[in-house]
Parts: sequence; structure tokens; C-alpha cells
Amino acid sequence: MTVPAVVTGIGVVRPTGLGTQQYWSATVAGINGIRRVTRFDPEPYTTKLAGEISGFDPARHLPSRLLPQTDRMTKLALVAAEWALADAGIDPATLPEYAAGVVTASASGGFEFGQRELEHLWSKGPEYVSADQSCAWFYARNPGQLSVRHGMRGPSGVLVADQAGGLDAIAQARRQIRKGISVMVTGGVDSALCPWGWVALLAPGHASREENPGRAYRPFARDADGWVPGEGGAILILESVEAFQRRGGARGYGVVAGYAASFDPPPGSDRPPTLRRAIESALREADVAPHEVDVVFADAAGVPEADRVEAEAIVDVFGPHGVPVTAPKTMTGRLFSGGAPLDVATALLAIRDGIIPPSINVDDAGAYPLDLVVGKARRRPVDVAVVIARGYRGFNSVMVLRGLSSGRRAPEMREGNWNGDSHH
Amino acid sequence: MATLTISELTEIMRECAGEDESVDLTGDIADVDFADLGYDSLALLETAAIIQRRYQIRLDDHTVTEARTPRALVELVNNALAGAAH
Amino acid sequence: MPHQSGDAERRRVVITGIGVVAPGGIGRKRFWDLLVSGRTATRRISHFDPTPFRSQIAAECDFDPAEHNLTPREIRRCDRMAQFAIVCAREALADSAIDLGRIDPARVGVCVGTAVGATVSLEQEYVVVSDSGAHWQVDQGYAVPHLYDYLVPSSVAAEVAWQVGAEGPAAVVSTGCTSGIDAVAHAVELIREGAVDVMVAGASDAPISPITVACFDAIKATSPRNDDPEHASRPFDRTRDGFVLGEGAAMFVLESAAHAERRGASRYAEIAGFGSRCNAYHMTGLRPDGREMAEAIRVALAEARVNPDEVDYVNAHGSGTRQNDRHETAAFKRSLGEHAYRVPVSSIKSMIGHSLGAIGSLEIAACALAIDNGVVPPTANLHESDPECDLDYVPLVAREKQLDAVLTVGSGFGGFQSAMVLVHPDRRGRR
Repeated sequence: MTVPAVVTGIGVVRPTGLGTQQYWSATVAGINGIRRVTRFDPEPYTTKLAGEISGFDPARHLPSRLLPQTDRMTKLALVAAEWALADAGIDPATLPEYAAGVVTASASGGFEFGQRELEHLWSKGPEYVSADQSCAWFYARNPGQLSVRHGMRGPSGVLVADQAGGLDAIAQARRQIRKGISVMVTGGVDSALCPWGWVALLAPGHASREENPGRAYRPFARDADGWVPGEGGAILILESVEAFQRRGGARGYGVVAGYAASFDPPPGSDRPPTLRRAIESALREADVAPHEVDVVFADAAGVPEADRVEAEAIVDVFGPHGVPVTAPKTMTGRLFSGGAPLDVATALLAIRDGIIPPSINVDDAGAYPLDLVVGKARRRPVDVAVVIARGYRGFNSVMVLRGLSSGRRAPEMREGNWNGDSHH
Repeated sequence: MATLTISELTEIMRECAGEDESVDLTGDIADVDFADLGYDSLALLETAAIIQRRYQIRLDDHTVTEARTPRALVELVNNALAGAAH
Repeated sequence: MPHQSGDAERRRVVITGIGVVAPGGIGRKRFWDLLVSGRTATRRISHFDPTPFRSQIAAECDFDPAEHNLTPREIRRCDRMAQFAIVCAREALADSAIDLGRIDPARVGVCVGTAVGATVSLEQEYVVVSDSGAHWQVDQGYAVPHLYDYLVPSSVAAEVAWQVGAEGPAAVVSTGCTSGIDAVAHAVELIREGAVDVMVAGASDAPISPITVACFDAIKATSPRNDDPEHASRPFDRTRDGFVLGEGAAMFVLESAAHAERRGASRYAEIAGFGSRCNAYHMTGLRPDGREMAEAIRVALAEARVNPDEVDYVNAHGSGTRQNDRHETAAFKRSLGEHAYRVPVSSIKSMIGHSLGAIGSLEIAACALAIDNGVVPPTANLHESDPECDLDYVPLVAREKQLDAVLTVGSGFGGFQSAMVLVHPDRRGRR
């Protein structure tokens, strides 16, 4: 029997929400975090809106020594990780030496830091490139820095698969838990809101040109014209059931019950997309039938062709209007490696509170027979959630989350007591 | 002729590498090891680079890494400045 | 060694195809010939004018994409490192003689390691959109459509997946200088799990670009031996003074042993064990004791069911920095005990430089070829021994030796320490 991996801590950094409580209230309330870019002047660019994190003062949360050395994405990740560890009630320093590792997803690395250093190099000369550039921008900076900061010596890594990578990282964390590591810090945080990052994100022409934040990012709508870039993400703490029980853990959010990943055939191929198969594989691993799924958090690209493929896969698996579908990322924009971990966190809170947050700025799912949750959050018991994440060029990842108080949990988990009550 | 003082050095370090919350850089730290002040090799390399650009001097690789305290580094820099003046 | 009950439960994974783009020779055969010859491929940087830089040396690949059957569209949209990866994937597939038409694409996946992704393309495009760094608000009008693919390096996994027709899991692993080992380990894990039967996996990096040279200059990590570039990469030598930046790629066809056997594939080696740890100490610094690398080695050996004294060859990280070679030597002594003094240890970075995320895969290729040929590649440029590095580093000349179990290690910024054990494909049968 494979070891279940429980999520025991969540730390969130995202537009409209620094910290889990703040972000969950804003999400349930349907607060739009997308607005006109303030980080630079957006006027010259075809997309002028973003999901920016405002009110984040790194100096309040991090030691001064770390500030000049790190890109914003690392600062955000460090803070989110600290919150997640606190939420889980874990101090890595008290763990056995190799018991904790870090595996996160990244999409763009520390791009703003990189732009500054490129500017120094090309406008002034090589001697103006800082000693921190060698590791401030590379994709592995976050796990490396987290490992140093918290003394975590276990296996660590970084996965990149654009927006699908966040689920791949959580799955990899689960793999390590199954191999005997006690605690894994996982998730993803991205931030590329600098002009150089901006023109790169806009290059394929998939970002919305709409200037009204209430009309820009409208997945599944007939007039969808793309997504809006955002920054942020979530860090999650994953533990084995035994480790969690051993330390008398207070609260678990849920189990990573199933996962699958696939890649689409090349453009122009007559082979079908593979998202449907990935959803079915993930459900199979979770031992969950489609009718038992309570909500699907869609990838919701807002790009008509991608919306069509995703909607078809959902309908193929769950039937027309067969399951509530939602995309809270309509409130934050597309968060790249942070998007899917944030959806997983949202799914777990939906399970905890029995609330499905809405998708905003859309009235319905346009031409698609999807039960899109719009307008207000929907209250209903949620026990099983599916998160879909797709990456540019064809990456598909799917994850199934299940609550802990489910009557269907694995035998060894029934002995545990998961809601903060004492147990012996 | 330009010279570098200890307080100018600490200002440069603060700028490029922050400062350790538990250390008072305005205190008597001239002979405290950089490691005890919370500055690692990256911070020192960056500091040396800024000094070289700002004061238009060249500091030898080896001697920079051998300077273990603010006073030692300041002396090294001022020697280089004196040498450059001739 | 008695049969272990775990064997039946865990699928074994073998290498059935190898493709290489390396300094000194494109293709697996030229790569191996270079390694065995002990010649070096480090030279004065020619891809751009290196005069303004502290270290002006690199191990460059003489690679013209037009000569390698890449289409004009592939050449246009793919960064150099993606071009390397495609060419290597093709060579590996041909080498393995695998008939992908007979395999369900859902059972074939891709994993590519890279440390710095599309650095060359990003820098070239940055210069254009920013007008050589004059404008923070870069000009979208000059932005090429493939900038997104350069920004997010998973595009290289997509390119390889398209080459292969893979529809299983695809991803990029990016753990700095251990990416090349870690990506292969990740692929092995997916096969063992049963998610796939075949993985096309490896790593690629083409970092020889002004920004990369400048950032290593800033931390004085690279060798400034500009008057003697051919001898600048000197791992374990007393006069070593930093690593030499390189570029390159290696891709493998990995299969479950059963799958390979069913189709009668020839196998280079079995990937038997892997370990990954972090030193949690410093982003770029290393403590001299090598504890965490030793622990990664211990885990890899245990998983491979190879005793420390059964290791026949150690392919070192051997980057040629003063701190690495000392750290690594200590790690070998810690993990292999007295046997560290008997086992041959060599660093191929002495010949092909340090290609960051790619080198781990190039080193796995070297190990697989070493096992296949029964030859240990040497450490070039090793003339003066260093009292802190007192093992047998196979100086200058390759050595014939039957190899049953080989260890390769990697160490990278962020503190990542990885170790992998490859064994002879018939090792199990012989025991």
C-alpha cells in the first residue's frame, strides 16, 4: 500500500492575498486582483493589465542580508514557505538531518534580477554584473535558498513545465514522501513582471489586450481574448501520514490522492489531445469515479483553442454539466509555476469549508456545456477536487485532492484523528 | 588623494549586501571578522567590485579574499589608491 | 550477492541509446574518442569577443545547426541548447534502434535537464529589444514570437517530445549543475513507477554568452588562465584555478529492462541507484567535509545494492575550483572509506569543460561508454598533485579496466549534491 501524502501547511502569496486567510476570504468573495500594471509603464505594450501583488514589503518579512541578493520571486517564495511551515507547525531545525527536502516548480526564474544585470552588462560593462547574478536568477534558486535558510538537507529539485509544472512538483514531493522522506516543501512561485519578462510573456499573442480589468481574462467565454499575467503562487507542506501522526500534527488539509501527466501531439498532428487521458489516469490512481468528483479547478487559459480542448476533455470525462467547474485564477491572472499550487491550496480550502469559489468576469461557459461557477461562491460539501494545469506547447498535468474526513480514506488513516483532538 | 574610511566601507556593504539584524555596523567593528558581521564571500566579492569601480582601482583576487576584517580591507584599498597616485 | 526481495518489485532501467553533442566532437563516437585520447577541447572563446572578460576560455562545440538536419523553422525557433537536445535525441533514438511506431505514445515520456535554459537567445534578443541595455522599458515591436519559449525552458522538453512523438509525461528538471544527473534520475523514477516504459532523457546547456561569463567572473569561479586555454581546466591539480565554462548535451533512450529485453535491444548499462541531498550551507560555498555528497553517495549505493568497495570507477564532479575538488575528495573518503584510495577517479571536465546543467548527462554518457568499452577516461592536465587531493585521479592517460559498478557525482549552486550508480548490464547475471 503506498504511503498517502498529506498536505499539512499552506502559505500563499498572490494578488489580493498575502497569507492564507486574507487570500481565501478575497477568493470566496470574488475580489478581482487584476488591474493596470504599476511595476513599470504598461502604455507601450499590447497587454496593460496584470495580477500584481501589492503591499508586499520584503524588508518586513526577510533579513536584510537576503534582500539585495535575491529576485522578487525568491523573496515571495521564502515568505510563503515560512508561513506554510508555521501553518504546519514544523520547525525544520528540529527534524532529523535528511528528513526534509524542497521541490518546487519554476517557469521564468528570477527574471527581473536578470534584466537588471543584463542592463548593467550591456550599458556599462562586465565589471558591473553583480556577484549575486550567478545564482539569483536561475530556476533552482528557490529550493536552494529554502534549503539553506531552513537547514533542509533532503532531496530537492525544480521542475519546469510552464503552468503544468506546479502539479509536477507536488507529485515529485509525494514521490519523495513515498520513498521515506518525512517532510517536503513544495509548490511554486513566479514573478516576471518587468518589461523584459513582459514582452516575453506577450510574445505568443495569448495575453488579453483588453484594458478593463472586469473584461480581460474570461476563460470559456465566446469572446475570450486571452489570459492576464500575474505573480505569486503557493508553498505547500507535504508529509507522510506516519510523520504527521508521530509529531501529533494538528491539522491536515487533505491527501494528494491521484496524479497524472501527459503531453499533446505536435501542432498539425491528427492525433487527439491527451488531456482526457491524463484526467482519467489521475482519477484511476485516486480510485475515484467521475461522479464522485465535487469540483474541477480548470486550467482556464482563456485562449479559445485551449479552452475548447479543455472543455471537451472535461465533458468527455464528466459529462455535459457533469461537475462544477471553476477558475479562481480569473481573480489573479495566470501565475505560471505558481498557478497550479495555488489551485491546489484553493481546492483544499474548498474541501475544508465546503465552498467553491467563483470564476469572475464571465457570466457562463459560452458555447461549452460546463457548469461554470460564476457570480457567487457556491456552498456545498466538497470532498474530492480535481486540478487541471496545462503548459504552453502541450504539457498536461492533473491532480486529485481528497479530504481527510472522507469515509473513503485508506485504512491506516482511519486510526488517526485529524482535527486537532488529542490522540494517543 | 582619495581614501576609503571604515564607515564608507560599511556603507557600501550595507548597500550591496544588506546588514545582519544582530550586528551594529556603526559600532567598533573595524577588527571584527567579516564572517562574524554576517558577510560571506559573495558579499565581499560584490563589495570589492563596487570599490574598484567607484575608486577606479584594481584589487588583486587573492588579496581581497585574504582581507578578513574591515580594517584589513580598508588598508588594502588605501594602499592600492596610494600606489595608483604615483 | 543473494537475491533481494525488492528486486522483483522494482523495475530495472537500462540505457539503450546515447546521443551526444560535445566540445571536441559532435556525436557519441567522437565524444568517446576525445575522452579516451586525453585531448582537451578548451580554447579561447570564439563565439563573441572575450577581451573584456576576466576568464576568456570556454569548451565550445563546433556545431552548425544547418549541418545536422534541423529545418529552418527549428533553427529559427530553437535556442542553441534546444538544437543540441534535438540532435542528441535523434542520435540516441537511432542508436537504440527502437521502433517508436510499435509503442503506445502514452508510454513514452521526456525529461530534459538544463541549468540556464535559453541563455544565448535571451541575451541576443535582450540586446535588440533594449537597444543594448539603453532602455528598461524594452521595445515590444522588436520582440520575436519565440521569446516565451526562451523565457520558460520547458520548451526544450516540448521540442524533444515532438521529435519522439512522446505523449507521456514531459518536463524539464532545472537544478543548476546537477540538472544532468537529476533529469536522468527523474526519468528512471517514472519508468520504475510504471507510468511509462520508455523515457528519452538527458540534459543540454549552451551558456557561452557574455552574461554567463560575466557572472562567473564576478565570483571568480572560472579559470583566468587565458594565455594557455588548452590546459586551463585542471581538476585536482595543485595549480587549478577555477572551472572552464562549456556547452553541450547528452540524451539517452531509457527503457525498463523487460521492455529492452523483449525487443532484443543492446544495453550500455543499468541505472541502478540515485541519491540527492543538499548541503543547506550556502548558495555557492562548500564546507570542506563533503558530508552531504557522501550521504547522497551512500543512498545511491544502497539503492543500487553495490557495496562501497565494489565501485570500480568514480566519475567525479571535478570542476577544477579549489573548493570543489577538495570537498569532493573528502566526500569520496567519507563514503568509500579506504577504497577511495584504490578506485580510479577522473574528471572529464578536464577535457570538455563544465557545461553546467548538461555536464551531468555528459558524465553519465561517459560512464555508460566506459562500462561498455571497459576503459576509464583520464583526468587531463593533472601534473602536480595537491596534498588535499591525494586519490588516484587517472592522470593524463586512459586505463583499461573491466567496470561492473560505476559512480558519478555532481555538485551545484544552491547546495545540490547528486550521485548516481550505473552497473554493467550483465552484472546481475554474473553474480
